[in-house]
Amino acid sequence: MKRLTLSTLGIQALLILNGVIMIYPLFIMVLSSFKSNAEIFDSPFALPAHFDFGNIRRVWDETNFVVYLANSAVITAVSVAVLLVFGTMAAYAIARYPFRFRETVFLFFLSGLMVPLKLAIIPLFVQLDRLGLIDTRLGLVLIYVAMGLPSTVFILTGFLRTLPGELEESARIEGACEPRIMWSIMLPLARPALIIAGIQNAVPIWNDFFFPLVFVTTDRLKTLPQGLSVFMGEYNTDWGVLFSGLTLAALPIMLCYVLLSRQFIAGLTQGAVK
Amino acid sequence: MTGGRQRALWILFLLAPAAITMSVFVVYPLVAAFRFSFYTFNGLRVADFVGLENFIDVLARPPYRAATFAALWHNVIVFLALLIVQNGVAYLIAYALLKALPGHRIHQVIVFLPVVLSAVIVGFLWKLFYHPLFGVVNQALLLVGVNGPPWLGDADTALGSIIFVNAWHWLGFPALIFLAGMQRIPLETMEAARLDGANDAVLLTRIIWPLVAPSATIVFILTFIGSFNWFELPYIMAGLSGAPGGATDVLGLYFYRTAFGTVSSGLQDFGHGSALAVLMFLFIAAFSAVALRVLRRREIEL
Repeated sequence: MKRLTLSTLGIQALLILNGVIMIYPLFIMVLSSFKSNAEIFDSPFALPAHFDFGNIRRVWDETNFVVYLANSAVITAVSVAVLLVFGTMAAYAIARYPFRFRETVFLFFLSGLMVPLKLAIIPLFVQLDRLGLIDTRLGLVLIYVAMGLPSTVFILTGFLRTLPGELEESARIEGACEPRIMWSIMLPLARPALIIAGIQNAVPIWNDFFFPLVFVTTDRLKTLPQGLSVFMGEYNTDWGVLFSGLTLAALPIMLCYVLLSRQFIAGLTQGAVK
Repeated sequence: MTGGRQRALWILFLLAPAAITMSVFVVYPLVAAFRFSFYTFNGLRVADFVGLENFIDVLARPPYRAATFAALWHNVIVFLALLIVQNGVAYLIAYALLKALPGHRIHQVIVFLPVVLSAVIVGFLWKLFYHPLFGVVNQALLLVGVNGPPWLGDADTALGSIIFVNAWHWLGFPALIFLAGMQRIPLETMEAARLDGANDAVLLTRIIWPLVAPSATIVFILTFIGSFNWFELPYIMAGLSGAPGGATDVLGLYFYRTAFGTVSSGLQDFGHGSALAVLMFLFIAAFSAVALRVLRRREIEL
């Protein structure tokens, strides 16, 4: 239906050019992980002569990559699970019950929205030291939970407020207790919002480098981005292995993103587009 | 009566875990950061109360003063460059996507792909690409007969090179925020402008720009906060001291160095570090608050 005009052609060309700039570096990253040093230096843009998994196997076998991967997976999964439980509980109270100081409590959570927690790293360090949580995975989990709560409470409160009150009332008249109403009637309706909130938190936690850098020093407790920085220093002359490490580190989240791109985009831009 | 009491306990039970976690790991550290900035430290322990000495040191006395303002200036450059280049390109891409040409959905997914990657992966990848001899950037330039500079090793190009990587990493984020804003503009408005003879340039500057003012506000504030918290990318690509020779030093690196020491000297200085953190926090909060107020007023006027 659209008329093929000069401006349409120009815009399509702009999009294609931009698409190439965005995707080509990642393409080179993946291809280079199959190459030898000589191939990378002599013909950086060519396809690998043959798809050799040697570099990738070296990363997998010779380094602690698997340990880092497992640490990141456990820390992210536990943090997001706790965040969703705590966040849903608080949001449910604020959204569904009228009580005194309700607005104050809501503002208390919102006040954390704009605070860059990185700047509080010194007191956090002292605090975790006092609690004996320096160099532990639990310490990281607690910080991530605290960091994610403001936006989680904000999103979930907004969503839970939109649910109709009739369902709740009729269940109450039939004698259902409050926990049961929350668990069996209201929360199943909130599933889409929970998925969005989960992704919104999981991505920055999975990718975080700053807090592990400060708090974790034991190698077998390190997360994937942190472990990657160790690894990049150790193998700095072996480019095929370096590209393999980057590719392997990028792979899990890229796969999730390709499968759930709509939810990822919605989750990460949530709050900014409202 | 007991019903009301039970209800109150239930609400308290729901709120307590989140409220306690927030208090211990967000509110307390923030309050403590202010207190710490008035003290000297002995290791991890507060030592002597020194009033405003830490603040005066980092703002007005050598050796801190020069480093503080050099880093601040670099943050200003980063902010302005990202604001204009990254967000400008994002605005154009959003407009291109709005046309819903064939392949626009795939493009949306591609442009947002780097956003989900860790800054550590992005930083190391581009550090390899920027290698003076073997990196793909200079190899590509060589194909057209240009000898590229050592991008990260030259004080003139280092900061700009890292800013470009940041723009590549985050481009999809402002692009999709602008796109969401543009999609909310009624179709009749655009059609009417077109019938009046408005071309793409007029549409972009006169019609769409004022109508996406709320998106522009958000993008502006987030770019500001992100620029003044810049840490991971320069840390990975230029190191803790902002190589070469401090050409890429920014407040995030400087704060980290002051608080936790460098690799060569593991000297912790929580007093001066806290003073820097407090100043950065106040600066970011004050500027954001003023900017938000001004930009919101602009949204209404437009």
